Amino acid sequence: MILTRIFHSSLGKKYIMAITGGAMFLFVVAHLLGNLQIFLGPEAINRYGHFLQSNMEIVWPARIGLLIMIGLHIWSAISLAAENKAARPIAYVNTKTVAASYASRTMMMSGLIIFAFILYHLLHYTVQAPVVNLKHVDFRTLHDPEHRHDVYNMMIIGFSHPAVCAIYLIGMALLCLHLSHGVNSMFQSLGWRKKTYGECLSKAARVIAALIFVGYASIPIAVITRFLVQK
Amino acid sequence: MNLTLKVWRQKNATDAGAMVTYKADNIIPDMSFLEMLDVVNEDLLLRGEDPIAFDSDCREGICGTCSLVIDGIAHGGQRGTTACQLHMRHFNDGDVITIEPWRAKAFPVLKDLVTDRSSFDRIIQSGGFVSVNTGGTPDANALPISKLDSDESMDAAQCIGCGACVAACKNASAMLFVSAKVSHLALLPQGRAEAETRVLNMVRTMDKEGFGNCTVTGSCEAVCPKEISLDFIAKLNREYGKAVLVNRAERQNAGA
Amino acid sequence: MILDSKIPSGPLAQKWDKHRFEMKLVNPANKRKYDVIIVGSGLAGASAAATMAELGYNVKCFCFQDSPRRAHSIAAQGGINAAKNYKNDGDSIQRLFYDTIKGGDFRAREANVYRLAQVSVNIIDQCVAQGVPFAREYGGLLANRSFGGAQVSRTFYARGQTGQQLLLGAYQALSRQIGLGKVKMYPRSEMLDLVVVDGHAKGIIVRDLVTGNITSHAADAVVLGTGGYGNVFYLSTNAKLCNVTATWKAYKKGAAFANPCYTQIHPTCIPVSGDHQSKLTLMSESLRNDGRVWVPKKKGDARKPHEIPEGERDYFLERKYPSFGNLAPRDIASRAAKEACDNGLGVGPGGLGVYLDFADAIKRLGESTVRERYGNLFDMYEKITGENAYKAPMRIYPAVHYTMGGSWVDYNLMSSIPGCFVIGEANFSDHGANRLGASALMQGLADGYFILPYTIGNYFATNKQPKPKSDGPEFKKALEDSTARINKFLSIKGKRTVNSFHRELGKIMWEKCGMARTDESLKEALKLIPALRGEFWQNVTVSGSPGELNQNLEHAGRVADFLEFGELLCLDALTRRESCGGHFRTEFQTEEGEAKRDDENFAFVSAWEYQGPDKPPILNKEPLVYEEVHMSQRSYK
Repeated sequence: MILTRIFHSSLGKKYIMAITGGAMFLFVVAHLLGNLQIFLGPEAINRYGHFLQSNMEIVWPARIGLLIMIGLHIWSAISLAAENKAARPIAYVNTKTVAASYASRTMMMSGLIIFAFILYHLLHYTVQAPVVNLKHVDFRTLHDPEHRHDVYNMMIIGFSHPAVCAIYLIGMALLCLHLSHGVNSMFQSLGWRKKTYGECLSKAARVIAALIFVGYASIPIAVITRFLVQK
Repeated sequence: MNLTLKVWRQKNATDAGAMVTYKADNIIPDMSFLEMLDVVNEDLLLRGEDPIAFDSDCREGICGTCSLVIDGIAHGGQRGTTACQLHMRHFNDGDVITIEPWRAKAFPVLKDLVTDRSSFDRIIQSGGFVSVNTGGTPDANALPISKLDSDESMDAAQCIGCGACVAACKNASAMLFVSAKVSHLALLPQGRAEAETRVLNMVRTMDKEGFGNCTVTGSCEAVCPKEISLDFIAKLNREYGKAVLVNRAERQNAGA
Repeated sequence: MILDSKIPSGPLAQKWDKHRFEMKLVNPANKRKYDVIIVGSGLAGASAAATMAELGYNVKCFCFQDSPRRAHSIAAQGGINAAKNYKNDGDSIQRLFYDTIKGGDFRAREANVYRLAQVSVNIIDQCVAQGVPFAREYGGLLANRSFGGAQVSRTFYARGQTGQQLLLGAYQALSRQIGLGKVKMYPRSEMLDLVVVDGHAKGIIVRDLVTGNITSHAADAVVLGTGGYGNVFYLSTNAKLCNVTATWKAYKKGAAFANPCYTQIHPTCIPVSGDHQSKLTLMSESLRNDGRVWVPKKKGDARKPHEIPEGERDYFLERKYPSFGNLAPRDIASRAAKEACDNGLGVGPGGLGVYLDFADAIKRLGESTVRERYGNLFDMYEKITGENAYKAPMRIYPAVHYTMGGSWVDYNLMSSIPGCFVIGEANFSDHGANRLGASALMQGLADGYFILPYTIGNYFATNKQPKPKSDGPEFKKALEDSTARINKFLSIKGKRTVNSFHRELGKIMWEKCGMARTDESLKEALKLIPALRGEFWQNVTVSGSPGELNQNLEHAGRVADFLEFGELLCLDALTRRESCGGHFRTEFQTEEGEAKRDDENFAFVSAWEYQGPDKPPILNKEPLVYEEVHMSQRSYK
């Protein structure tokens, strides 16, 4: 009965959307903190990479979990969007947007592009298909002196092509847009928003989204501006 | 002033409908928007044409009958104002004004600018009340209620059920309307007793009627003639979550 | 016609209890065998429909609005009276009763009013239990205010939207019964006629306003809660669609119409801005608590209000009524404003307005306090007029607001047609010649929640009538008549619109039978109205077809009824050769210009009986006997 109420109601689907979105948001934050270790030099980030790769009991549950999250997030998004479309079969001749922010009106589009970006990102650094890094380097052959996978140089090479760099910047910009509305909406959909701190929450969501963009974008920018170089 | 109107005309529920252009001449700035339409209609009648059908009743912004999308904005874009309280002084000579009905699957057009909003009534019928019969109630002062709760409840209760929130929402969602009624009663001790069944039943009916979902754009709040806050939607979500998690409603429904 | 008011015997305070005991009950198991039709879903209609469905009756409820929640009760702003004495300021049932009788200028029925005051306390309990968010004090108990010049604080309110909140309470109770299947609701459905079988009301003819289908509905009793007839004046504070059709049709089938000349004019409305005006908007009377009413002393003074020095202003209410000042009762304040305008002292377009000035209040209390108290009203004023009332005084003018007359009913709220009950503003019962502020909501809910549900049971239990069939000859005839009338409207194809007739009728009514009436003006009106009606049936144009949503056709039907009803109103005003409450005959006034009652000759209810289309109606008189109160001259000096 609880499941029916969640999976078969508009509010329930929004819960799923919010909870899965929230989980992915936490992952995005953790992933960012991990990646930023690149600024600490090869030792730090290679050790981090090795730690993850040698602990499959952490990596796989996380991967499966994320897959489920993303699956549910997309399923609920599509299901809700279909209902939304059906709810207004005849459009207005003259439409004006009132109050709705750009981000709020384009969640579906930003979400789809982010999804495409994630696929690219997985091919790029997880599957490590040489063709998508545009440098035709096989990342699997990169090892550091301690025979660990050389995550540091992989990231430097990975971002050294301007087109790849651009893809990442666009992806992150859209993620920022998506989160600027999504984080705030998550609280709204779960009913955790109240008048007392509601305005604060909206602002905080925008600031956090911007910080996430700055954090992620800093790496490809540092590479392309040669602040970070191969070691 | 002289205006050009582009008005949605549709003979009946099954007709396809189209925008038709009319002239509205010698309009006085002190007229209300509906009085301007009255003038156009009188003119149409004298020329033997069918007047434009539109809903209105109290013409003082409280009954919630009038329902026009004016230049793409439900009720015409003056903050906290229904179409009947919108005055022509907000327009300029020579303006071209488009007038359309509420657009939503749950609000089918009956004729021209008149829509059927009985879906709202069905939502209330499924739970938007306190189940007390007439008589046998305790003294009104037997139950003290915090002024703050009471005031907040009144903020929600003043919804006039016009449907502008649905009309303005890009998803034609009725969340603001439903949240107002759920919050009005959930904020008062009298309404708490059946808060769980109420929210579950009202949301179920809302979904069944074919309204869209809330994507927190805030358009509803912006056009609401009573400026009902988006915070009540969060309250609705919270009430629904509680009801689902506590999951007592089945027993209550079975007992009813 | 014999008018039996059926007032129970015994001491006034015990009449209702005694009557409740004496009334026959319907066995709970048998209630579901009775069908009740309720027309109208305002405070009275919705509360009656919900309560009777709760009791077990089968209820069909009809309203012409798209939802029962939109009835015009929703627009009441100020509040609802109840003799709770929560403020410990000396209020009691007896005091509310007396105030209502006196406020009604001793033209209401004592027993009804006493009962109204008695059940007023239950209404508040009921509404709170339903979740009506009345204003509260910080301690959590209900807040009260003094309203309309009452000397005790007995008015309960929900911001400036009391009517809305009470109606939503009743609507919710009604919705619950609709959801349970005990009430079948027919929105967008207009009653065209009442069907009487063997002398008892047994059903109605209804037009579905969307499809145009006309159908018959049979029931064991018919209840009309269809509101007042203020729109006979075209411009009033009533909603655009309010009309007299239901009670007028009942009148033509034998339900006497009582006191139609008792109309209430409300002093604080926003003045007319031009010929396009479609309705008037009321601003709460509470404005007079802090606003001062004045006009320039000089005729045709074209200066801006702030340019007129204090010495050249006439604060006429304060001057004439030093003890009540700006808070003088509605009829008195209205008449004083009209008098000032008639003397050429009016302000604004057409000289039809007086100033309501807050400058002193702002000086005394500060703008923020004034904003706190009246902010929403100032906003509303600005929305409509485009003027800022914090900077310049408001302009106000009286407008028709409420009608005390209506179908004659006995103590059981039954009209002179057995089985046809009339409740709320549609009946004449409780307000006499003038209604006090915050009493309309009280009466509507008293009738619907606490009176009709008892008395209708007594009718069922004591009148064993055969079950009506909606295809009987009486129904067929009424249905044919209604259809013929609609076809007639569409076949005239004249040159004038329905609205132009309505506007002209309103103008006649307002000028000849408005705030001040004379023998001469009424006689003129009685010539003009039939002539206008004659022209209507020759020269009106109604567009479209009968089988569709046709607002113009709906309006035609309502205006046709107003054109007949207006004549009865004027006739009643002509016959009542005295001034009382809302009925002011210029010939009958005291030396100070106040209404002068004639208790010797006119202490009766005028109940008009229909005789046929070309015959004058018969005036039946129900004498008003006062056992408890002593009739006195109202004085607000």
